[in-house]
Amino acid sequence: MKLRMTSALVGALAFATSAMAQDDTIKIGVLHSLSGTMAISETTLKDTMLMLIDEQNAKGGVLGKQLEAVVVDPASDWPLFAEKARELITVEGVDVMFGCWTSVSRKSVLPVIEELNGLLFYPVQYEGEESSKNVFYTGAAPNQQAIPATDYFLEELGVEKFALLGTDYVYPRTTNNILESYLKDKGIAEEDIFVNYTPFGHSDWSKIVSDVVALGADGKKVGVISTINGDANIGFYKELAAQGVSADDIPVVAFSVGEEELSGLDTSNLVGHLAAWNYFQSAESELNDEFISAWKARMGEDRVTNDPMEAHFIGFNMWVNAVEEAGTTDVDAVSAAMIGQEYPNLTGSTATMLPNHHLTKPVLIGEILEDGQFDIISETDPVPGDAWTDFLPESAVLKSDWADLGCGMYNTETETCVQMKSNY
Amino acid sequence: MTGTFLTRNPSVPIFLACLALFTLAVTMTSEAAGTGALSTSFLKTLGKTLCLCLVALAMDLVWGYTGILSLGHMAFFGIGGYMIGMWLMYARTEDIVTASMANSAIPPTEQEVVDAIGTQIFGVVGSAEFPPIWAFADSLWIQLALVVLVPGLLALVFGWLAFRSRVTGVYLSILTQAMTLALALYLFQNDSGLRGNNGLSGLQNIPGLTAVPQSQLSLWFFWASAVALGAGYLLCAWVVSGKFGSVIRGIRDDEARVRFLGYSVEGYKLFVFTLTAVIAGIAGALYYPQAGIINPAEIAPIASIYLAVWVAIGGRGRLYGAVIGAAFVSLLSTMFTGGQVPSVPLGFYTINWVDWWQVLLGLSFVLVTLFAPKGIGGLFDLISGRRAPDRHGADLGPDKGSFREQEAEQ
Amino acid sequence: MIRYLLAAFAALMLCAGVSAAQESQDGSAQVSPIQALLQEHAALIEKASRRTIEPAIAALRDSGLPEARAVLENWQAKELWQRKEDGLFFFAEEIDRSTYRLIEIDGGAPVGEYAKSDIDQLKPNSGVRGLIAAALVQFQLMDPNPAKRAEALDAIQRDPEPDHLPALLGALETETDPGIRAREERLVRLLTITYGDDEAARVEAINSFAGDLGVDARAALNPLLATRREAVAGDLPTDLNIARELKPGSEELSEAAAYSLLVDNDLAPARISAADRRAALETNIEGGRVGGVPVGQLDTEEARDRAYAALAQAGIVPPTATAADLAAALDAHVFFDRYLEPSTAITDAAEAALARMNLRVGLNQALDLTLDALSLASIYFLAAIGLAITFGVMGVINMAHGEFIMMGAYTGYVVQQIVPNYTVSILVALPLAFAVTFAAGVAMERLVIRWLYNRPLETLLATFGISIALQQLAKNIFGTQARPLTSPGWLDGALVLNDVVSISYIRIAIFVLALLFLGVFLFIMRRTRLGLEVRAVTQNPRMAASMGINPDRINMLTFGLGSGIAGIAGVAIGLYAKVTSELGSDYIVQSFMTVVVGGVGNIWGTLLGATMIGFLQKGIEWLNPSNTLAAQTYMIIFIIIFIQFRPRGIIALKGRAAGD
Repeated sequence: MKLRMTSALVGALAFATSAMAQDDTIKIGVLHSLSGTMAISETTLKDTMLMLIDEQNAKGGVLGKQLEAVVVDPASDWPLFAEKARELITVEGVDVMFGCWTSVSRKSVLPVIEELNGLLFYPVQYEGEESSKNVFYTGAAPNQQAIPATDYFLEELGVEKFALLGTDYVYPRTTNNILESYLKDKGIAEEDIFVNYTPFGHSDWSKIVSDVVALGADGKKVGVISTINGDANIGFYKELAAQGVSADDIPVVAFSVGEEELSGLDTSNLVGHLAAWNYFQSAESELNDEFISAWKARMGEDRVTNDPMEAHFIGFNMWVNAVEEAGTTDVDAVSAAMIGQEYPNLTGSTATMLPNHHLTKPVLIGEILEDGQFDIISETDPVPGDAWTDFLPESAVLKSDWADLGCGMYNTETETCVQMKSNY
Repeated sequence: MTGTFLTRNPSVPIFLACLALFTLAVTMTSEAAGTGALSTSFLKTLGKTLCLCLVALAMDLVWGYTGILSLGHMAFFGIGGYMIGMWLMYARTEDIVTASMANSAIPPTEQEVVDAIGTQIFGVVGSAEFPPIWAFADSLWIQLALVVLVPGLLALVFGWLAFRSRVTGVYLSILTQAMTLALALYLFQNDSGLRGNNGLSGLQNIPGLTAVPQSQLSLWFFWASAVALGAGYLLCAWVVSGKFGSVIRGIRDDEARVRFLGYSVEGYKLFVFTLTAVIAGIAGALYYPQAGIINPAEIAPIASIYLAVWVAIGGRGRLYGAVIGAAFVSLLSTMFTGGQVPSVPLGFYTINWVDWWQVLLGLSFVLVTLFAPKGIGGLFDLISGRRAPDRHGADLGPDKGSFREQEAEQ
Repeated sequence: MIRYLLAAFAALMLCAGVSAAQESQDGSAQVSPIQALLQEHAALIEKASRRTIEPAIAALRDSGLPEARAVLENWQAKELWQRKEDGLFFFAEEIDRSTYRLIEIDGGAPVGEYAKSDIDQLKPNSGVRGLIAAALVQFQLMDPNPAKRAEALDAIQRDPEPDHLPALLGALETETDPGIRAREERLVRLLTITYGDDEAARVEAINSFAGDLGVDARAALNPLLATRREAVAGDLPTDLNIARELKPGSEELSEAAAYSLLVDNDLAPARISAADRRAALETNIEGGRVGGVPVGQLDTEEARDRAYAALAQAGIVPPTATAADLAAALDAHVFFDRYLEPSTAITDAAEAALARMNLRVGLNQALDLTLDALSLASIYFLAAIGLAITFGVMGVINMAHGEFIMMGAYTGYVVQQIVPNYTVSILVALPLAFAVTFAAGVAMERLVIRWLYNRPLETLLATFGISIALQQLAKNIFGTQARPLTSPGWLDGALVLNDVVSISYIRIAIFVLALLFLGVFLFIMRRTRLGLEVRAVTQNPRMAASMGINPDRINMLTFGLGSGIAGIAGVAIGLYAKVTSELGSDYIVQSFMTVVVGGVGNIWGTLLGATMIGFLQKGIEWLNPSNTLAAQTYMIIFIIIFIQFRPRGIIALKGRAAGD
């Protein structure tokens, strides 16, 4: 009992002192897992944020004040994300947060930031079907990644039969749902769509790959759309290579495989398979060269850059400009100033923040090269992100517009705002 | 067997007094009812810790007293959370849906309301229909009953099957672990109807109490957790004292002898297993509205193993040991992983506690098992001067780790 | 005729115009014909898309220019470059990362050095590359190099075109290489099925594939049997090649589906949907009432039906089809699937050939599944064999067993960092992994487990503590990212029996390794002094000690042996899957299951347990192919139930050794 009392008091004291920190800096919360299963992906983003904040401070900060990063570790534990977000807003008093990777962590944080009117920049591609007043989505919505990649399969590769392979969680589920509905619109029959879900970290892929190969038996060209997450990809690609599935026979396009993930693999057997992102390290632009050299100078020569890092780059710079424009860090004023912000992205075009809190982004399709980088073979003009997909009947009628309608879930048929807060 | 319940269990009044004092102190410093020195997020952490203490009590009863090392009690804890979570999600969404539908020109049919709730809840996982297990989600009372019934029934069926076929010792541990894994894997599937990996979220928003600020709600939940912990402690103390307690300790120390004495060992075990599952379920139902989200990762086997770790570090076979262990380790864990403990520079390498806390925990666990089988609770023996009886090298029984209250009093 | 002449003349002028423009732009330089051709199609080539590129490729292919083939091949290999300043196309060679030397296509003369930013690399996507490959077929089929000819055959196999059939027949006349000749003959038969114009020849080609297992053969046959679902009023039409007639309300065709087929073909009026009805009601609210029904009462289906019927009667909204209308419409029409292929002879032959194929394919799929199951079983066995020793023989629960597997895998990774040759590194890694984990096992036994014999539950917890510490340690040392452990070249690829049955060499290697360790284990236990002593200590340590055996030493060695085998299993598992710090925990529960199901203390039991779990998991996966997670869940539930009936496993020890 005594021990608990003391630790409680120690904790309370720690919080009390930190709450009285000086007021001449602007605090930025960084809410990325530094331990646990997501640490691998999210630690990179924490480092990206620290780099961006240092660079901005070197330029003189924002509103004449220096920026101060408050880094916490939610440890890949979803309830802890909510707890840490609350702590950042109420105890640390941060003005903005950059963070989260998985959808479930975002859904965990949402109720807290909506309750406390916080501000979150979410940098990862996700399944859409959400638009919160307090979140800016700087990653891709499905129509900025999945749909263009599917179009590419249909039109450029002539794929007639689809295998949608995914890890069993919300992003693949919703994305595959949208894609199924989209493919049916495009005249692909239901029996030509094969869907499979595997657990996280799945390693025994022989049967699934054989099943995919067997799909070719009716003479249609087969393509795989992979939403397989994390290290399960390694076993999957190894099995593809072992069964001799070349990209010319059965192309695989992945939505969750980037430069980081490929560094755990020998890519010589995977050359020609595809990935769809809004950014590749191999993109050619001056801004990108600067960004990569700054990153390598800070973190080491062998480090790579990836798509969510670009998302943070755009999101952070837009936030800085919005704060300068609003003249305050007040969440409502900054949110209003955010909409319509423009900032050059790293692939040479310009990103614009839309009234639905999503960005315009170009869609890039890259082929895997021997050195683990991507060869960009297709790049579209920037596509506006769509919070509510047009390819599911329930969400086709919904739209989000925080500038004019002030609603993230507006039913265009009944012309009412379905709800002000988000679905969790 | 003389004296009243309280005099035979001196730890009960002391514990209850400490708990009351602690609750009072927290209330005085909270944001809602006091000075505000204690932030709401830390208040939530404390409330959750009390729930963990409650489930640790259950674990102590089943392991420390009855000798069943169950690696499945966090599964019951999670089920409790899921049961209450279903109602919380349904009722909150129903409020939103009816509010938005009230604006339409034609009043909605009941089916339309249910469909709209389904779309809202399951839209994020690419579905719109209610699976059958949500049949009672609209009724708070039924779901509250299910908080107790589902873990209880699962434990009853599982325990009956396992104890009946005399699965004991490590076999039983592995079997319970398998049950936990199967349940977690099942819930991870979207087809399970409980939103797969996403789980149930937004549970901190209590339907009908939207106007109440979180600082107030958290305090209420903290009080409820404290009351539940106090009641749980009383219940467990009552169960382990008296004849029933002697029998289950007998089962722990030598099951075969107790069976030869004519006791229905299986019946006793089944009762304790089920009772503790129910306590775990209640603890879970209090925990998850404070955490805000429940998902299958919470049920993964590792969580149940950690539960065993808490109880072992706190001290098995004494109720306050379990409480201390749970509170101590989980709060310490929060501190270390939260980066509140400064790194230790060694010159050539800096020990960053976020990275090294798990190593420290693992090793200290080995050390406790090897050198201090009584755990932190053993310190109280030093204070009270209680020593294990000198049996001149002969063994008290098979389990050295457990504290043998009756035998030690000679 | 005159029109054609005029058109040809105009085209000629246009070409001349283009090349004239090039000349004037380029100053004095004369543009070669191939460059002129490329410039003519420059817009298409720059933004190459499978949909539009066809004319450009066809023009190159049919140009008859000697450089056409080289251009196509270079373009396909992403080695065609465009100079930004004037849009001319060149070949190039790299001087360094940012400088390239451009080379004239016609003649191969170097043009000069250019910075990478001044030139564009043309990157055709793989769809376009496929088309280029198909166009190259006519050049490559006659190539003296057999590898090129094989490449052409690959291209035909991927994107067959009608022109390929005569080209193949031509090539067949001169082909001397027996392997390529066989492939060509097979391709001719396949192409005849699809593109042949003589019915008898097509039927003959179809029949020649009866019983063939190739995916390509099925791929050629199945499209012949493509059907379309149609409905007509009255009786079945006789002029169509009808596959089958369908009755509405049957399993293949529900009444709703049948009716919507009619609606789609404008043979029946549509039924109104609930949403449309609601919208119609909303637009017709008059004074708080719709069709005489008060708005407040419209919260049931019946009330809405009534209101809508009233509106329809008043002629405000179109009437919706009633159930009786629906039945009448279904009665008045026949529903059938018809083959798109008009010839009955061909569809019959294809049907018969496929039926025979499908039987063989089914049998082979069963064989393939069996191989997969065996492979999975051998992986589980390999992961569990070490545990069978420590848990089965010594009765010690080692929760850190999975981490020993992980240590083995990381040892393999570290060795590969030092020894670059994959074959040598694996040969070094296997014994080294054994040594490392043997040492770790011995250390753990000496430091921890020795003190906890007779306290199995506490061993479980203490080893669990070691497990989390080791896991985190691995994370701190190697990072959370998966590390590559690459198998040597001779283990790449798969043993392909036919297009259905194949198994990768790495899995065969794991299977062999598992058998090897079964042998080693049996040999040690049955034929060596150590095995004898282990068995003695297992059965009765005191008695064994009094016979001069040192139980401490035996326990230590046994534990080391079990851990060492786990290390070797780690290398094998790392080769086929991935190396992460969580590698071990993925296998630990399955390994315990394997030992417990098989029966503790008996290696044959472990073998049976692994086999059972492997086959069970693959069996459930086969029943439910779209959800692998469910397979794992049901397998565990099955095991829990199984243990109820055989609590001591498949092979239970009897007598004294069983203990309790």
